[in-house]
Amino acid sequence: MDIFIQQIINGLTTGSVYALVALGYTMVYGIIQLINFAHGEVVMIGAMVAFSVITALAGTASPLPPAVILLAGVAAAIPACMAIGYLLERIAYRPLRHAPRLAPLITAIGMSIILQHLALLVWSRNPLAFPQIIDNPVFSIGGAAITGVQIAIILLSVALMAMLTWFVYRTRFGIAIRATAENVHVASLMGVDANRVIAATFIIAAALAAVAGVMVGTYYGITHYTMGFMLGLKAFSAAVLGGIGNLAGAMLGGILLGLVEALGAGYIGELTDMCKWPLMNQVFAERCAADGHLVLMGSNYQDVFAFLVLIAVLVFRPSGLLGERVAERA
Amino acid sequence: MTKLRNTQPALYWCGVALVAIALIALPLVLTLVGTAWVRITNLAILFTFLALGLNIVVGFAGLLDLGYIAFYAVGAYVYALLASPHFGLHLPFWIILPIGAFCACVAGALLGAPTLRLRGDYLAIVTLGFGEIVRILINNLSSPFNITNGPKGITRIDPLQIGSVEFYNSDTWLGILFTGPAKYYYILLLILMAVIVINLRLQQSRIGRAWVAIREDEVAAKSCGINTRNIKLLAFAMGASFGGIAGGMFSAIQGFVSPESFILQESIMVLSMVVLGGMGNVWGVIAGALLLSFVPELLRYTVQPAQQALFGRMLIDPEVLRMLIFGAALVLTMRFRPAGLWPESRHRQEFSGEHRT
Repeated sequence: MDIFIQQIINGLTTGSVYALVALGYTMVYGIIQLINFAHGEVVMIGAMVAFSVITALAGTASPLPPAVILLAGVAAAIPACMAIGYLLERIAYRPLRHAPRLAPLITAIGMSIILQHLALLVWSRNPLAFPQIIDNPVFSIGGAAITGVQIAIILLSVALMAMLTWFVYRTRFGIAIRATAENVHVASLMGVDANRVIAATFIIAAALAAVAGVMVGTYYGITHYTMGFMLGLKAFSAAVLGGIGNLAGAMLGGILLGLVEALGAGYIGELTDMCKWPLMNQVFAERCAADGHLVLMGSNYQDVFAFLVLIAVLVFRPSGLLGERVAERA
Repeated sequence: MTKLRNTQPALYWCGVALVAIALIALPLVLTLVGTAWVRITNLAILFTFLALGLNIVVGFAGLLDLGYIAFYAVGAYVYALLASPHFGLHLPFWIILPIGAFCACVAGALLGAPTLRLRGDYLAIVTLGFGEIVRILINNLSSPFNITNGPKGITRIDPLQIGSVEFYNSDTWLGILFTGPAKYYYILLLILMAVIVINLRLQQSRIGRAWVAIREDEVAAKSCGINTRNIKLLAFAMGASFGGIAGGMFSAIQGFVSPESFILQESIMVLSMVVLGGMGNVWGVIAGALLLSFVPELLRYTVQPAQQALFGRMLIDPEVLRMLIFGAALVLTMRFRPAGLWPESRHRQEFSGEHRT
């Protein structure tokens, strides 16, 4: 049972990070119906910038308290990512807004490769150890452990999601965003500056990505120039799971995907242990007798779950859990 | 070209003969420069196979596939498993290549079936995920039953052998030295010719026209009586089987396969070749593949010494530079020549911005 609770806690933590990144995908998709392929790289750049700032500040035996250093890292990562989000929109998307759908997708892939390899040049090809500067107290809940970092990640994500929801549904600019998402031309006729709104959407998405990047860095204690790829894919799966274009859907999808992944990784070894199944037990009697276990798939298959969820959703419910619009909106 | 053949047949056939002689003499000349260049040429031909296969899916049928390298992996591993000491099997290559092509074809249909309803960007992501799943499987299928030997890969794969001719070592025929890579070059060239002919014929065929119809407007194609489901599946399956054949040849030539050869970067590289050359145009795609295969190699030989001379050390690894060039090629092509450097005539109209899907 404590494994179950432990995996729920881990799942909630990674799930809230996925949710933050998924919000970026879903907002951009909602407004221009395109998948921002390079969004995962923005997360990576966020983590990298924060890494540099934190390492620089922490290394000099500075009198700054650790929490301030961490905040400085976040504060540096956010504007850096915002700038990259804006550049992405200007270089990869705006010139191709009226081109066939394949074209901006291909430029986005190109931008993603460029960002990845620029990061490689700047921050080296080795995994970088994220400095662990704040103490990480461990609390115990029902036999499972939850760390201070995990609590902070979950709370901060919830706060950011609440802020975003308030921004989109309660402010004038939020109305402009929703109007543009509904219909660009009509919104322009009503006096909404569509270009500005679209650029702002990319920038907000990038800011969320920056925070998510710092979270990933502190949680796993490591950053790498390729980290954005898998994270981006999973977050995209989360956005599709919740219903792409739908804010609440992205949050729900992120959390659910995190839980599926954590529970899957926690239990797949047990489920595919052939010696536990009556019929299979006979088939592999010899090997079961030898060491008692014959595990077909271990937790190294963790990354596969996101894709399986993605494919299953697209096949059985392409509009996602909360989405009303179908994927085929041209 | 056809015009020239009809008006001045003598000139046309002279040209063909010259090209043929140049292609035949190429490895012998390259051997003088260095056997490495023959190897590079062989890899370029393999990537041309891949680009032509992907062109069927992306260029003809308009389905963006980002996991194409998975089929290459399937072909390569089928060959490796059936002709290496790993399982103790040593089947001849002309049995394995069709098996590899068939397995890749099945994998292509498996990928195609659940994704038929998706278009554009969704399809891209799902295929990308599929490619990753295949790579993760290859990486992990080493326990509890050792099928793929995990990240270590499979070594000592049998080289090609036709009759008594072994492709592994050098031979001297008619007083000319033929190195191993040079012999592989000829067989690759033969297969390449066949693949090109198949592609050109496919493009003109009923199926090829159906693919283009689906690419341009799926609903319209359907209402014209095209069975879009089967035709799209066919595109996936055919594209995949070309990848499978290329993979088999790769295994035989390298003698070693590992999951590292089948990462996403390779898929993107093949896609860049198709996009840069001109989606849908067979000759454009070939040119794109050769360009993106040779330019990075040339860079490798020039950038390194140039940087050494200028800065006294290596600032940018040629490998990184290669990826940066690919990324920039994708972005710049889409912005300034969206139909590629040598566009297909029909695509040229589509990308001119006069109509939007």
